[in-house]
Amino acid sequence: MADFGGSDLDAFRTEARDWIEANFPKSLKGKGSMMMREERTEPTPDMTAWRQAMGEKGWGVPTWPAQYGGGGLTPAHGRIIQQELGRVGAYNPIGGMGVMMFGPTLLEYGTEAQKQQHIPPIVKGELQWCQGFSEPGAGSDLASLQTRAEDKGDHYIVNGQKIWTSGAQWAQWCFCLVRTDTTKKHEGISFVLFPMDVPGVEVRPIPLIAGNSPFCETFLTDVRVEKDQVVGPVNGGWTVAKRLLQHERSGLSGAGGGGGGGRSLVKLAKDYVGADESGRLSDSDLRTRVIMNEIDGRAFQLTAMRAMAESKANSGPSAATSIMKNAGTRWMQDRAELTIELMGHQGLGWEGDDFTAEELGAVRSWLGGKATTIYGGSQEVQNNIISKRILGLPDPK
Amino acid sequence: MAVLNEEQTMLRDAAKSWVQEKSPVTAFRKMRDSGVELGYDANAWNEMAEMGWAGVIIPEEYGGSDFGYLSMGLILEEMGRTLTASPLLASGLAAASALVLGGSDAQKSEWLPKIAGGEVVGALAIDEGAHHAPEKVALKAEKSGSGYKLSGSKSFVLEGMAAGLLIVSARTSGKPGDTDGITLFLVAGDAKGVSRKRLHLADSRGAANITFDGVEVGADAVLGEVDKGYALLEKTLDRARAGLCAEMLGSAVQAFEVTLDYLKVRVQFGQVIGSFQALQHRAAKMFTDLELARSAVEAALQAIDADTPDVPELVSLAKAKMGDVFHLVSNEMVQMHGGIGMTDAHDAGFYMKRARAAEAAFGNQAYHRDRYARIQGY
Repeated sequence: MADFGGSDLDAFRTEARDWIEANFPKSLKGKGSMMMREERTEPTPDMTAWRQAMGEKGWGVPTWPAQYGGGGLTPAHGRIIQQELGRVGAYNPIGGMGVMMFGPTLLEYGTEAQKQQHIPPIVKGELQWCQGFSEPGAGSDLASLQTRAEDKGDHYIVNGQKIWTSGAQWAQWCFCLVRTDTTKKHEGISFVLFPMDVPGVEVRPIPLIAGNSPFCETFLTDVRVEKDQVVGPVNGGWTVAKRLLQHERSGLSGAGGGGGGGRSLVKLAKDYVGADESGRLSDSDLRTRVIMNEIDGRAFQLTAMRAMAESKANSGPSAATSIMKNAGTRWMQDRAELTIELMGHQGLGWEGDDFTAEELGAVRSWLGGKATTIYGGSQEVQNNIISKRILGLPDPK
Repeated sequence: MAVLNEEQTMLRDAAKSWVQEKSPVTAFRKMRDSGVELGYDANAWNEMAEMGWAGVIIPEEYGGSDFGYLSMGLILEEMGRTLTASPLLASGLAAASALVLGGSDAQKSEWLPKIAGGEVVGALAIDEGAHHAPEKVALKAEKSGSGYKLSGSKSFVLEGMAAGLLIVSARTSGKPGDTDGITLFLVAGDAKGVSRKRLHLADSRGAANITFDGVEVGADAVLGEVDKGYALLEKTLDRARAGLCAEMLGSAVQAFEVTLDYLKVRVQFGQVIGSFQALQHRAAKMFTDLELARSAVEAALQAIDADTPDVPELVSLAKAKMGDVFHLVSNEMVQMHGGIGMTDAHDAGFYMKRARAAEAAFGNQAYHRDRYARIQGY
């Protein structure tokens, strides 16, 4: 893999444009959003070819080190690839939890052997990972987890139950938090990896309020975990987990769920509620609430831009970053609520041809989006983090 | 905080240290207690003018430094922290903007150097009713000889008592509510027929109702075009609103920080009250909202400097958002301080009073939410 770090960005843009032109199957144009759907379908040969091409090139993860198959490029090069993909209606076929959360964490904390084993299949999009963190009794208070890993000399035996293991029904591997010391809370947790097809792993999908979901319950009964599959020190898994959660939160603030995407709220309101000759929405109460949501969305986007500019200029994270998850999810949930309210009875359809795809989608997004203030650190946990770490407020006695 | 260049950083630091040393909230309290008619401390204003602050948006050829609106916003933000009362917003920003945007060479040469030097205070005489409504102009300007004769009244003129130059919106045709038919006039504060009455407002700042009783001005007093003054007025007001937002941001951030400090020292039930989650989450919400408001305010100031077409919507976004956030934070400041926050001896009341006055000035949240939507066609 060539290193373009020193070369001219314009030249790289031409190269990226040519390569995408030569490799992206035209049949997949504009199909990117379908790839993000929660219900999986068999990939077509074109989809597989595109994934393999991007995987070989390492451009699905342009900034990851070239020695493990990544692009070995700068963030500026990465943005160019993204722009050039978007320009022709192409999409990045390399994604999922391996790319968003686990890969970056393993690159930081993993052993050389672990990186050699696990990073290349993520880069190529060959393997899906799932997250074994939450348990029925350990949600927001994640560190109270009970899944036990017993030391058997050359390996561990793991017993317990995980919940909200997103994508567990499709994943080949799991990164999982287990208790290796029962006498301590945070300092008794280890971060381990195991394949999902080992004996003792049982997965049950959980239907949610929005219908089918990628979330599962995962039961672990005498599951064998090799000792070389512990990431970070034994009993030092909490540090690794916290870093992984940071990657998760930064991925969650702007995207996914909550009624985002689609037509603007204003266009929907004009269609469903109507407007006078000057274009002013007829229902003044709804109009005010649409305006307030539009204002919140714009302020959120301006904050994202400001945080990016500040991080770049100060070469460190901006204080504004800490508010992004709550501000973003609050705005998107309000937007989803408003959307179905604007649609009236048409915004209550569950299925059937009495409703448009947009209407049915709005209902599912409204329901599915409720998860965004619960997962990845609930709204309340985020407020605790802001209170303690940013504002310096003390714990109660 | 926006990414600043070197001169902006220096200006901000200079403003910060001057405000802390020379103009803490105790200075505002002293001014209020003195009952001074101007509504600000004239000595402090002289010092500000000497440092060049009144000329920050004025071109160099007219005695200013032409540093731009984000720079002016940085000074106003620092002043807002301690509620420093001065004509900087009304004169150095609003009146100066009107002249820079719409003035002839002769008008600029006559007035801008004096505004930049702080010798003359300029003020916008715009509103006539209880609510900001720049198109509802009834004050009449009738042809009289080679010039005009102005009759009518203006209300809530910020720095109206100090103003040596009034920028007056008048009706030269049409009826109140029409945007056509409005003309801006430059009227000397001591012109015959101008009389003012001081308004005693809750925020103790300088404001006046002004009556124009057949005030004669020459044709050269017209700022911009006859009957077409509304566009210039809107551009001027957007600059004033953005500057006011910067001041409000400073006040709101300070109100929040003072409250946060109190949460860390006030002990009840055997622990500091800041350890209670009910208060922690309200503090986290305020912090979140302040960050969002800051982004909107800085984006509006930057858009003015870049002269981009989205200035009006960004300004309305900023004024609506900043108004809501300052409203919330100032209320919480009183509530979280408890009984002490209700006393006149504490500063919390100052911030809450200032919040309401600043919200109402140049259009409150309802005004700017409506305007934000109108600009975008809904």
